[in-house]
Amino acid sequence: MFNTYRRGLFILSFLAAPVTLYLVYVISPYMQAFYIAMTDWRGVTATPNFIGFDNFIRLFSDGIFWKAVTHNAALLVLLPLLTIVIALFFAFLLNVGREGQGVAGVAGSRFYRVVFFFPQVLAVTVVAVLFQQVFRPDDSGMLNAPLMAIGMDPVGFLSDPDIAFWSVLGVMVWQAVGFYVVLFSAGLASIPRDMFEAAQIDGAGRFSLFFRVTLPLLWDTVQVAWVYLGILALDVFAIVWVMTDQHGGPDFSTTVMATEIYRNAFQYFRFGYASALGVVMFFFTIGFAILSLRLSRRERIEY
Amino acid sequence: MANTPHITRRGLLRAAALVPVAGALAACATPQTQAPASSAAPAATSAANPLGVDAKKPLEVWIFDGGFGNAYATDIHQPLFKTKYPDAEIKHNVTKEITKVLQPRFAGGNPPDVIDNSGANAMDMGALAQDGQLQDLAPLLDAPSWDDPNVKVKDTLDPAVVEFGTYDGKFHVLGYVNYIHGIWYSQKTFRDNGWTVPKTWDEFIALCETIKKAGKMAPFTYAGKHPQYLYEPLLTMAAKIGGNEVLVNIDNLEDGAWSAEPVRQAAEAWAEVGAKYLMQGTAGLDHVQTQTAQNKNEVAMLPCGSWLENEQKTTTPEGFEYGMFPIPDFTASDKMPYGTLHTQPGESFIVPSRGANPQGGMEYLRAMLSKKAAGDFSELVSTVSVVKGAGEGRDLSPGAKSATEALAAAGANTVYYRWRSWYGQLHDEAVAATGQLMTGGVTPEKYVERLQKKADELKADSSIKKYKR
Repeated sequence: MFNTYRRGLFILSFLAAPVTLYLVYVISPYMQAFYIAMTDWRGVTATPNFIGFDNFIRLFSDGIFWKAVTHNAALLVLLPLLTIVIALFFAFLLNVGREGQGVAGVAGSRFYRVVFFFPQVLAVTVVAVLFQQVFRPDDSGMLNAPLMAIGMDPVGFLSDPDIAFWSVLGVMVWQAVGFYVVLFSAGLASIPRDMFEAAQIDGAGRFSLFFRVTLPLLWDTVQVAWVYLGILALDVFAIVWVMTDQHGGPDFSTTVMATEIYRNAFQYFRFGYASALGVVMFFFTIGFAILSLRLSRRERIEY
Repeated sequence: MANTPHITRRGLLRAAALVPVAGALAACATPQTQAPASSAAPAATSAANPLGVDAKKPLEVWIFDGGFGNAYATDIHQPLFKTKYPDAEIKHNVTKEITKVLQPRFAGGNPPDVIDNSGANAMDMGALAQDGQLQDLAPLLDAPSWDDPNVKVKDTLDPAVVEFGTYDGKFHVLGYVNYIHGIWYSQKTFRDNGWTVPKTWDEFIALCETIKKAGKMAPFTYAGKHPQYLYEPLLTMAAKIGGNEVLVNIDNLEDGAWSAEPVRQAAEAWAEVGAKYLMQGTAGLDHVQTQTAQNKNEVAMLPCGSWLENEQKTTTPEGFEYGMFPIPDFTASDKMPYGTLHTQPGESFIVPSRGANPQGGMEYLRAMLSKKAAGDFSELVSTVSVVKGAGEGRDLSPGAKSATEALAAAGANTVYYRWRSWYGQLHDEAVAATGQLMTGGVTPEKYVERLQKKADELKADSSIKKYKR
């Protein structure tokens, strides 16, 4: 009897702890969020009332939340696109960009590699506070001071509702690029050198080297980057909450789903409604993950 | 090999899922139904102990560590409480994050005894009151005051305190500080330049024009990142034009309260200031940055409350002499006279009803409301308290003096609004819209239309608790 289950018990003893933690800290809060979403809980009551799908019905006419969704959608398209294009460009220059014979990066690439990674080392909050200063609309602002010195009006990077969203996007790209340069560099390192050399001998310039050799061989890594960045775009919170005026303003021009959830829960004390928003965001994220995995299936290049 | 037990991945996961006992799932975010704390039984009340305080029970106090710091609690209030209850241990706590620290305590059924529920991260009073989490402070109001057994606590307070702290007919929240709102300036700068305090809106605009022409500094600014600093004078002006009922209607979510003519006129007046007289970059600066700019004489005037002087004490140059003036007369036919002020009790203290020692909590508030405690407090943090006459004979700073005089001059002509704490969503919409109004993003007409729309939305939403005043 014991023998029959010995191996099972052995494996079980290893899995019990992580699975327990996962259940208690991940699965159980999810299920509770689904339950709370159907109550009118305000965060302090002991006995929330069950109200069914009222919160979800209310959510459909919540203009600000849907505005937040469009911002997330815009980020979902723009953030991966910009980050990957810039990171690929830099990774290529740092690793195979040198003109002439041999495969090597541009001059000083070791130095640049370190510099590009700096933003990744900073905590998001630090980045957010830093950029508040960079974007300051008076002569203490790093960007506005030179503009004002040449007699132009300061730009309201964070105070003009038409510009603020682009400032947020810019900061997110700035912070993400460094990591993806490293990721793509690692991907490039695993491509055999002779492929580049062979292409060079055949007369490929930097341009066709990039589009004909580097990009196809890196496609797997690019897909991974796309999924990561997509998820980053969907659950962005800290940058917006800390950096922008009025936490997602001015005039809700930078707000995203996560900030609306936080605002409803911790400022309006509508925990039930906020959970309903969270459930909607959960389905958006899951939907994105499934979609991107489906769409990105493609022949793998073996070498 | 045939005897090797075969384990499928599914079988394994199924087994693993059963291992954590269900009890582990109890560590969760949903509220637990709990029997109310067994604290309620108060000690017998007497003339010396009107609230029935158990002299040995410990008292847990949480102070919001904001502009006023927390020295007033440890150096003034707690020693005073101790003189009467030397055996009661006071657990003094300080935080900037009231909600994060204390909301779980309420949900868990063991809140502390006294909370200074203030600051940007304060808990929603409406939600707490709605759930019966707050002690009814009526016994405190009716108790004899700390100083004089013949005077009730209620009679020592500014009447707005009771109105303001009442939720659903019950007095729950004690505002300790009397915030007085107005336009703040440097008395010295005005004197040096020969500028005088404007009494009418035309004079105000003329003064802005003079300052602008002089070219030394910008005429006006406000905390552009936090436009609530600007909707405050806007609404006070609307009340001045159309009378107190303008604000009462807004608070009560009456139909057309925001689109009323006085609100539109006030919005139009301030939009003109926004278009012509603001300091450059105002929209992107916060209250500290704009207030510091004023200290550096880069801008002449800004709207603020009486906490300003204490908040700026480290950057204010010697001899700056803060002064405050009320909203000028818009026309000669304003419903309310010159000097009308927006005053509002702030720094809100609450006593949780399900704490271990609510009687002790109320007694602590009674000690705070003694003339000595309130007077020492006013002097320490240069502000005006809600205890009548507590500032008398005290050595007040120029700003606090100016605000106190303005309050005396206003007499009964004070106004206030409560929708900001009642309807958080409306506040956020007003903040967004006011920012747009001042930068020219919306016209005054669209501004009132937009806020009216939001107010109507809230009115129609059954999940949001409605209040009346």
